[in-house]
Amino acid sequence: MMKILVPVKRVIDYNVKIRVNSEGSAVETNNVKMSMNPFDEIAVEEAVRLKEAGLAEEIIIVSIGDKGSQETIRTAFAMGGDRGVHIVNDLNTEPLVVAKILKNLIEKETIDIVIMGKQAIDDDSNQTGQMLAALLDWPQATFASKLELNDNQIKVIREIDGGLETLNVKLPCIVTTDLRLNEPRYASLPNIMKAKKKEIIEIPIEETGVDFSSRLEVLKVEEPEIRSGGRKVEDVNELISVLKNEVGVI
Amino acid sequence: MMSILVIAESNGIEVDRGTLSAITAAQKIGDKINLLILEDSEQVINKAKKIKGVSNIITTSGDLQGGLAENLAPLISECAKDVTHVLSSAGTFGKNIMPRVSALNDSQQISDICEIIDADTFVRPIYAGNALATVKSLDKVKFITVRSTAFQAANDQEGDAEIVEGPVAETNGKSSFVKRDLSESDRPELTAAKIVVSGGRGIGSADNFSILDPLADKLGAAVGASRAAVDAGYVPNDYQVGQTGKVVAPELYIAIGISGAIQHLAGMKDSKTIVAINKDEDAPIFQIADYGLVGDLFEIIPELSDKI
Repeated sequence: MMKILVPVKRVIDYNVKIRVNSEGSAVETNNVKMSMNPFDEIAVEEAVRLKEAGLAEEIIIVSIGDKGSQETIRTAFAMGGDRGVHIVNDLNTEPLVVAKILKNLIEKETIDIVIMGKQAIDDDSNQTGQMLAALLDWPQATFASKLELNDNQIKVIREIDGGLETLNVKLPCIVTTDLRLNEPRYASLPNIMKAKKKEIIEIPIEETGVDFSSRLEVLKVEEPEIRSGGRKVEDVNELISVLKNEVGVI
Repeated sequence: MMSILVIAESNGIEVDRGTLSAITAAQKIGDKINLLILEDSEQVINKAKKIKGVSNIITTSGDLQGGLAENLAPLISECAKDVTHVLSSAGTFGKNIMPRVSALNDSQQISDICEIIDADTFVRPIYAGNALATVKSLDKVKFITVRSTAFQAANDQEGDAEIVEGPVAETNGKSSFVKRDLSESDRPELTAAKIVVSGGRGIGSADNFSILDPLADKLGAAVGASRAAVDAGYVPNDYQVGQTGKVVAPELYIAIGISGAIQHLAGMKDSKTIVAINKDEDAPIFQIADYGLVGDLFEIIPELSDKI
């Protein structure tokens, strides 16, 4: 039976209007609603479905971040995760460092599949899964919209520019999730209660044996030019006329 | 002299528009540009020879089928030995392969750059473009994906590059290509379309969504949707424009029955012209739309489709 690892990231909730801090050095995260990265929710859901189908035996949730990450791990527990690992780092962890930490963890736990979000909606890097696959020399099934597990391989349908692609990847492998893979469930109250009792192991990032220094120095963060609204038009005729004469696109 | 490797994405005929943008970006960094073609196609190579600003075309052969990251990453690494920067466009091809190559070289990739400050310093959008980060790379070799809408396509008529025979791809046996199904819709793809017509919850139902079809057909537009419309089950997820969906920047974006939630705006606010049609005159979408029309979309859209 398989063991699945699902890395999850705590990010600013997708409905929050973000703002840059007064120093212009980062996006403000204090007193802002935080949630699980939406692509990671899809990853947790997929892992839980594999377990419910009797194809996997255990789902391990891992998160790297400050204390609040434990709340995100518990959210994954409430959806069906079994146990958790919290790598404690109060600062931002770059994708390559995350990949190295996950690699170490995977080598200790003998994982068969890693399912993770294709990108986090904060830094939008879209790197960690592919980097982890490189470090482990595992195959990668990125931007997955459908998985079919047969024996020792997964047939995966991937979202690519302009359509879909089908690949076969052998286990063990890395899967990164795209939006169409599934619709994550809402956790039920009994499952939220149960989630409180599940075990989370805490490991300070200094004890992972990975050099976690930054390779990308953030010089500044700024808000893009604000787009100002234009004007209202009276009716369809006026709209067509401005599109033809002022904008010239039609 | 800085030598740069650009990884081409091609389709059996020519390198794509995103690659031409990546070449323009490469020219802003250094002067010797090597273009790596990952397809054993004479047609692609002959066409690529004419791209202005490219010094060498590196050809490859062997197991290139399906452009599998597992097989291509070691080959790209081999070609990256003597360069300072490796670039590709930030389409799904580059997004899939580049981080694998970057990690093999123990380098922290810089994704989706939209501006080049100097050879080490780049601007990239974060939070779906709601903020811009200026980052300086401390790595010796930089692996970069390029946002194609931020750089003009390089001229592909006046160049005269040399052809250099490159390495042979070997299969690592852990993955295999089955097939590719490119959408055969007559409509353009959302992220490449010049005009996008998007519907929101105001459309009311999955059946009603077809009200957008005649308009989209007449304009040659792609059809998108807000997350609210996707969550309500009106259309599949791949229609979604927004922070958790696709980011688009067409010439014209027509938002219909879309209130303008932050997460939707993140996906379309870089459109050149935005038109909003909504019955609620206080809808937030009007704050960013260039032209707003207040009214019942079920009257406006058929009339617009007729008259346009």
